[in-house]
Amino acid sequence: MSPASVFVCLSLTLLSDYPVIRVKPDHSGVVTDGVKHSMNPFCEIAVEEAVKLKEKKFIKEVVAVSCGPTQVTETIRTALAMGCDRGIHVEVSGKDYEAMGPLQIAKIFAALAKKEEASLVILGKQAIDDDCNQTGQMTAALLDWPQGTFASEVTIDGEKVKVVREIDGGLETIKISMPAVLTADLRLNTPRYATLPNIMKAKKKKIANMKPADLGVDMVSRVEVLRVDEPPTRLAGVKVETVDDLVAKLKANGTI
Amino acid sequence: CLSLSESTTHRIICTAHYTWGRNCSSAVMPRITSHYTIFPRDKDPRWEGVEMERFADEADVVIVGGGPAGLSAAIRLKQLAKEQEKELRVCLVEKASQIGAHTLSGACLEPSALNELFPDWKERGAPLNTPVTEDLFSILTEKYRIPVPMLPGLPMNNHGNYIVRLGHFVHWLGEQAEELGVEIYPGYAAAEVLFHEDGSVKGIATNDVGIAKDGSPKDVFERGMELHAKVTLFGEGCHGHLAKQLYRQFNLRENCEPQTYAIGLKELWVIDEKKWRPGRVEHSVGWPLNRNTYGGSFLYHLNEGEPLVALGFVVGLDYTNPYLSPFREFQRWKHHPFVAKTLEGGDRIAYGARALNEGGYQCLPKVTFPGGMLIGCSPGFMNVPKIKGTHTAMKSGMLAAEAIFPKVTAEDPASETAGLHIPEYEDNLKKSWIWKELYAVRNIRPSFHNYFGLYGGMIYTGVFYWILRGKEPWTLKHAGLDSAQLKPAKECTPIEYPKPDGKLSFDLLSSVALSGTNHEGDQPPHLTLKDDSIPVANNLAIYDGPEQRFCPAGVYEYVPLETGEGMRLQINAQNCVHCKTCDIKDPSQNINWVVPEGSGGPAYNGL
Repeated sequence: MSPASVFVCLSLTLLSDYPVIRVKPDHSGVVTDGVKHSMNPFCEIAVEEAVKLKEKKFIKEVVAVSCGPTQVTETIRTALAMGCDRGIHVEVSGKDYEAMGPLQIAKIFAALAKKEEASLVILGKQAIDDDCNQTGQMTAALLDWPQGTFASEVTIDGEKVKVVREIDGGLETIKISMPAVLTADLRLNTPRYATLPNIMKAKKKKIANMKPADLGVDMVSRVEVLRVDEPPTRLAGVKVETVDDLVAKLKANGTI
Repeated sequence: CLSLSESTTHRIICTAHYTWGRNCSSAVMPRITSHYTIFPRDKDPRWEGVEMERFADEADVVIVGGGPAGLSAAIRLKQLAKEQEKELRVCLVEKASQIGAHTLSGACLEPSALNELFPDWKERGAPLNTPVTEDLFSILTEKYRIPVPMLPGLPMNNHGNYIVRLGHFVHWLGEQAEELGVEIYPGYAAAEVLFHEDGSVKGIATNDVGIAKDGSPKDVFERGMELHAKVTLFGEGCHGHLAKQLYRQFNLRENCEPQTYAIGLKELWVIDEKKWRPGRVEHSVGWPLNRNTYGGSFLYHLNEGEPLVALGFVVGLDYTNPYLSPFREFQRWKHHPFVAKTLEGGDRIAYGARALNEGGYQCLPKVTFPGGMLIGCSPGFMNVPKIKGTHTAMKSGMLAAEAIFPKVTAEDPASETAGLHIPEYEDNLKKSWIWKELYAVRNIRPSFHNYFGLYGGMIYTGVFYWILRGKEPWTLKHAGLDSAQLKPAKECTPIEYPKPDGKLSFDLLSSVALSGTNHEGDQPPHLTLKDDSIPVANNLAIYDGPEQRFCPAGVYEYVPLETGEGMRLQINAQNCVHCKTCDIKDPSQNINWVVPEGSGGPAYNGL
């Protein structure tokens, strides 16, 4: 019996490593106004994997889901342009959005996955702005579903999924039963480009809107950000001529 | 769709060079250029069997470029459509990842065009938050400052204008356009002009994606898309790459002088609150440039909540000394006591650069041709002594829209060519305030070409502009092509620039990092060379490689060859901030800037 629908859960993040990020003058966070936001690169890989699975006819429908303010619809449209069938935008804005963390998002995704009877939930392994690496794992725990995280290869085998995971020691292959949660790692695939004709066609695909309250999720955060600072400027190094000098310097500053 | 005839001969030469060059040069010089505009794919065996068919779509009007001109044209078209209850499909493509990300300007906006486009701009929330309150002009010497009174009537007087972050203003224009129903597609660059059989412009094709650095197709290769239109507007900004092609194609420059340019470098600083004077506009000329090198500085105090100043330096690209580095002139200008006192204790948060037009009236080309027209800084409506081009760019877009609208909505356009030719746009321009303004200031910039340089120019401005308002019966000429102005290196003295101190002045690479620029690494360099051997043979040998100095992003480097003696040119295409200076100033005119994969380039935030 082939799985019916796959959920791809997307994250809207600050554009990858190269935009100029600075800390807000009041140290409560980073300046996000006017900074280009786009789909998290690991989520792009997740979308690509889901679309590939659909193309190979393992799954029938791919739904792209994201939580956040109106900007997030652009990200969902990109996912639709890459081949997802429909989208769900869970509206979270203002103070709720600033306080939103992996736990709240995981609760939303879990509630949606149950509601829509998804067979697979695929996410990026972590968001590149906060590097939390928690949402996928929390979603699986809330659903009490098996998880295949840091996937670098995914194969569907009947009712089970074979996942090759990237771990510290090398690669680990596991077989988990569906429904399951997977998180995509870098080498899983190379995402396709969202071409302009597909972006235009994606405008006709449906994006449903809902609020966390509709899913019975409370957005209260149990984490409070106290302060955000820039990393300290790197100090210049010191060159020494001999080993004795090195030992003397290390003794002098208390390292040995 | 074929790009027309000039490329056929070019293609044959290129193919010959490709095979000959490969055999000849692989032993000595590694190949630099791999772009398909130099090495066509239909002769390239790696592209055999690759699907090259493009998806095509039709709109009424297609606009290339999401800057002030393009967006004003789009908005005006939709406003007219709403007024007259007609349907009009307007599509706009922009190479930046979001509208405003490639926009850079001082800027002191004169709201004349904006008042015409949106009389209610304040209610709509246009980000014009800083009216000009103080206007200072100085002549700088190495240690001192000579103030020059900003009398009303002088072109630089800014009474009634607003200091804006143009990127934010353009972003706001984009939002207004989308509300009116314009289809805006950021992240897609117009890479090719398409032509009907009768030679008129049919539209544009967006960039292909998924080509590897060596020019071969990757697995993710996708062809760009064709957007066809009754008329296509080209608003690529200063020195657009498609406009360059159109000038040749339609001979648009036969009755005007070659365009002359400057490079503008800019930084944003958060300064000490005690030094902040919101609404203050400062301009200077003189040090560190000598009297024969055109240029000057600006420093504007914004009023948007935090003590932010926008400052920058402009150098005319008709400079003659190949050892001159506009970037390093900018950095050392900041050490002048009058400037340093504002910046001390502050933090630099952004950097960027862009070429700008200086030609004015004498350099205006023909702006209409069958199937299309040129708007904004692309043909070049900048008022140089005022150093403002945004208001004229917007107005040109609006005039284009007003000329186009009756034609594209007419039942029978009665056009001789498949793409509509609408010369009424040019007539409208000539009757408008743009023309009067540019005519009045036409002699100011060329007046700098005299023995006294800067001082001669200032005297000329004082006499003929301030008193006579540009009514003198003669029109002075510019010096000719900027790229032809460099003297050979051996005739010039190298300039000793001070080392950056890391507090006020900085090195090039940390500056480029603040522009947020990046490109997909695995793509052919978009700074294409018509001939890979010319940089070392000509630019380095005669001019000591000026591109190492005029590029504000460190794209060009002459590095020693790995094997034995000699140097080679290394192109760091990922650093490019799309300023177009290299295409303008290259003495060999060998560099042809083409558009990279869409979304690449700087990520300016309100610059």
